[in-house]
Amino acid sequence: MSEQIGTVTWISGPVVRARGSRYVGMLELVEVGEERLVGEVIGLNGDIITVQVYEETSGMKPGAPMYGTGLPLSVELGPGLLKSIFDGVQRPLPLIEIESGSFIGRGMRLDPLYRKDRWKFTPTAKVGDVVSRSAIIGTVMETETFEHRIMVPADLFGTLSWVAPSGEYTIEEPIAKLKVGNQEKVLTMLQRWPVRKPRPYLNRLRGTTPLITGQRVLDTFFPVSKGGAAGIPGPFGSGKTVTQHSIAKWADAQVIVYIGCGERGNEMTEVLQEFPHLVDPRSGRPLMERTVLIANTSNMPVAAREASIYTGITIAEYYRDMGYHVALMADSTSRWAEALREVSGRLEEMPAEEGYPAYLAGRLAEFYERAGYVETMNDHIGSVTIVGAVSPPGGDFSEPVTQHTKRFIRCFWALDKSLSSARHFPSINWLDSYSEYLDDVAEWWQEKVGKDWLKMRNHAMELLSEESRLSQIVKLVGPDALPDEERLVLETSRLLREGFLQQNAMDKVDAYSTIQKQIRMLELILHFHERGLRIVKHGAPISLIHNLPVVDTLIRMKGLVPNEELEKMEDIQKQIDEQMSQLDAEYR
Amino acid sequence: MSDVIVQSGQEVVGVSRITGPIMIVEGASNVSYDEVVEIRDGQGNLRRGRVLEVGEKTCVVQIFAGSTGLSIDGTRVRFLGDTLRIPVAEEMLGRVFDGLGNPLDGGPQPLTDHYADVNGQPINPTARIYPRDYIQTGISAIDGLNTLLRGQKLPIFSGAGMPHDQLAAQIVRQATLGAATDAPASGQVEQFAIVFAAMGVKHDVANFFRRSFTDSGALTRVAMFLNLADDPPVERLVTPRAALTLAEYLAYERGMHVLVILTDMTNYCEALRQISNIRGEVPSRKGYPGYLYSDLASMYERTGRIRTSEGSITQIPILTMPSDDITHPVPDLTGYITEGQITLGRELDHSGIYPPIAVLPSLSRLMKDGIGQGRTRGDHPRWGAQLYAAYAHMQDVRSLASVIGEEELGEVDQKYLKFGRAFEKEFVNQSLTENRTIEQTLSIGWRLLSMLPKDELTRVSLDELKNYYKGDDADH
Ligand SMILES: Nc1ncnc2c1ncn2[C@@H]1O[C@H](COP(=O)(O)OP(=O)(O)OP(=O)(O)O)[C@@H](O)[C@H]1O
Ligand SMILES: [Mg+2]
Repeated sequence: MSEQIGTVTWISGPVVRARGSRYVGMLELVEVGEERLVGEVIGLNGDIITVQVYEETSGMKPGAPMYGTGLPLSVELGPGLLKSIFDGVQRPLPLIEIESGSFIGRGMRLDPLYRKDRWKFTPTAKVGDVVSRSAIIGTVMETETFEHRIMVPADLFGTLSWVAPSGEYTIEEPIAKLKVGNQEKVLTMLQRWPVRKPRPYLNRLRGTTPLITGQRVLDTFFPVSKGGAAGIPGPFGSGKTVTQHSIAKWADAQVIVYIGCGERGNEMTEVLQEFPHLVDPRSGRPLMERTVLIANTSNMPVAAREASIYTGITIAEYYRDMGYHVALMADSTSRWAEALREVSGRLEEMPAEEGYPAYLAGRLAEFYERAGYVETMNDHIGSVTIVGAVSPPGGDFSEPVTQHTKRFIRCFWALDKSLSSARHFPSINWLDSYSEYLDDVAEWWQEKVGKDWLKMRNHAMELLSEESRLSQIVKLVGPDALPDEERLVLETSRLLREGFLQQNAMDKVDAYSTIQKQIRMLELILHFHERGLRIVKHGAPISLIHNLPVVDTLIRMKGLVPNEELEKMEDIQKQIDEQMSQLDAEYR
Repeated sequence: MSDVIVQSGQEVVGVSRITGPIMIVEGASNVSYDEVVEIRDGQGNLRRGRVLEVGEKTCVVQIFAGSTGLSIDGTRVRFLGDTLRIPVAEEMLGRVFDGLGNPLDGGPQPLTDHYADVNGQPINPTARIYPRDYIQTGISAIDGLNTLLRGQKLPIFSGAGMPHDQLAAQIVRQATLGAATDAPASGQVEQFAIVFAAMGVKHDVANFFRRSFTDSGALTRVAMFLNLADDPPVERLVTPRAALTLAEYLAYERGMHVLVILTDMTNYCEALRQISNIRGEVPSRKGYPGYLYSDLASMYERTGRIRTSEGSITQIPILTMPSDDITHPVPDLTGYITEGQITLGRELDHSGIYPPIAVLPSLSRLMKDGIGQGRTRGDHPRWGAQLYAAYAHMQDVRSLASVIGEEELGEVDQKYLKFGRAFEKEFVNQSLTENRTIEQTLSIGWRLLSMLPKDELTRVSLDELKNYYKGDDADH
């Protein structure tokens, strides 16, 4: 299927040059050398073809042949994606292990999707139907509970001239025929789509539903809407990966695409070993059944790392097009940017800031723009939410990747080294973080919990920023210099920090909070403040308020009250009232 | 993996340029990328190098031993047709090698036909076993708060003049596979080995380690790869890879538990920077090349456990932070790759605390999976969180005290100060030979926590308070 298009003339790491045909296309997929290592054309100059190779090039020689494929780098789409783990160019890692053992060998050519599985196809369209691009023509149960909707390829439309009857088919067997003009195309459940080209949709809509993650600091304080984009920047060890894993576990998305981009092998293994045993609270099925993993770890070839982001987002868009809500995690986009920089450096391109190529910002924009809440081509509603980790050198947010990312996201979860050193987790700094989705999702909250979430949230934020101002004073003169009303702000803020914002991802009860639990917890802490304020005014000393037994309870309630037993919160409220009243009576 | 080294190849003259340890060779064809070359100088002496970049008629070669004494016309280059490989064998334990894996101890070349590529290959994430077994080092600040697991990469971030070598040697001496406090002793003897790589460190340091291995009777289980301060810097780029290649063989083909010590990674990175600068590559931060992260990862990721072998590789890289700056690219990128870090603190060192482990900037990311019920003890996770929280709060109190004076502090804060001092003196501090059990470490921690009022301890459970808290307001 591939013919020789050139001969290698120069090799430097992942970048290879060849002399040859002038008909090779930019971004065309090529194969290099006898081992047929896969690469992608990234530069053309006269008859010189520059290629980034997705595998280690050790041992390659000038004079080696280069073959063209005539196709751009694409992913395979179809049933069987869920539960898979691929490398950055969609090679199935479990099959690679079978072929080459515990270490990843070279020149491995394996089909991303398993060809032999038979899927039970149920047609939903019939002969004679005029179908548009991405029209749904049938369904397959991809897992016990997940309906995979088989669509007409996103670049085809026409009239169905044949539809397969209900039955079991492999992904390569025909399931329909489509008359396009006077041509007839055979459709299978297997499709391909070029990774660098966003899949089409009908309309982009304003997302007004939050992606609920069960993480209190995110959902209550800095929510991201479904179809939105969020960035998590933070120095090493500050909690980017744990946060991303928590979102992948608990977010109320129907499909999760998790891209381990240039990060640790053990972290991917952790997901692989943990997710099959965790149950999705919504479907009751193992979390792995809604997950697609892309693992191109830091020691795997750097060009494939660059591709991994696109492989992941294309798979995410495919599920979006079926009418699903997809959440995509990319850990870490900085490693992807560095892959760009490394290849750019080998090309001796003119660097812009810190060695990054001038097109860094453009590439970041293209990526984050692929998030969205959309009306699909087949009139469903679907979304892709992107959560990208950023690893700024030295934890300095003024570096190019963080700065450019900030331009293209609307939700910024700033991790803070001083919080993580003090083991305040998640170490998301409440003063540096922001969400521009607050107003978008306020109505949704009102509907779901029947309370003015935004008002409570803003009140809590005011207390926290007041705390930050007051603690400057405390640092200089000690807390005793403050009037009791202000010391109550410190007390309530401590409850907010330790009792609400801190959330232990390793604790069974605390790892996930429903929105009902979140709002109830917030309400209780604010209630404490309000009651406290009243009795302070009557003369109750702050030190006695600090020592009330309910303070300890408020800090522990996150782990003491499971999501299913929220009625226990009533009891805590009672304790607040009783203990405050008693104190008040003594000092009135 | 068991290819034989290729000894023959074409020899060419045609060196057209030499800059530092880099040379351009013209007129050689059939050269492959990353191939090893043998360079013969005017006197007939041999040295080795490696192809960094190759075109149709020219190639760029990096010379491990540097270019001193090489001339344009008097130099001949032979291309050996293969990437750099070293012999690997169990008999290499107890031996000393140079930075390229050649014997330094006067002994023979290891007798084996098993030669492995020093670059290794990436472990497939699906083939890994997630680390879960903790290593008891006998050092409270590690076992209690930054637990090391088998298959973890946990560097020591240090600074010039701090006792990182002593600490590493103590870990090597005392490390045993940990058991739960209530588990019976297994009595099972496991195969272990130590692979030690020195990059640009002083002779004293290498000797210190050798003495320490000898004293503990481990020397026959140790393979040392030495590229010392006066050895050629470029060779340093190979040294850790040679060491890891042997470690992989021992762990994954011989089923041993291998502890790898790499010191000093900062010297390694400087050598890499030097090559990069000579080649005129676009630098990223502080002159280090943009691929420093990937380059370091290609070594640090050679750690862990795989399903097809009983063995494991645990890495303890040591690095000295230039001007104690943890944001310097070397510690920074290391921290982004490794599974935590043990950070030494200058102030603790000055106040005579050994080991001067600064617990707040230290972290073991795998700890959570190796401790607790059935592994160490049920209260360990929350006990650790509580000690951290209390110590972090104490730091704030300490800085407040330095402004307003200790007497001005409230009663509770005074207790925190006392707790902090005791924590450093009694928990972190221990002698070079003191080997504490996990049980001892936990009970010291509880004794210290008991110095604080009970209602300050919100991280531990009420049951744990009941069982272990011994303070004034304990309920009996
Ligand atoms: N929500 C949390 N609950 C409990 N512990 C946490 C939480 N978040 C982070 N941690 C702790 O912090 C450690 C580091 O977190 P994590 O691995 O997510 O950092 P990171 O920002 O991804 O670092 P890197 O950039 O190096 O990958 C974890 O191993 C864990 O011990
Ligand atoms: Mg991470």
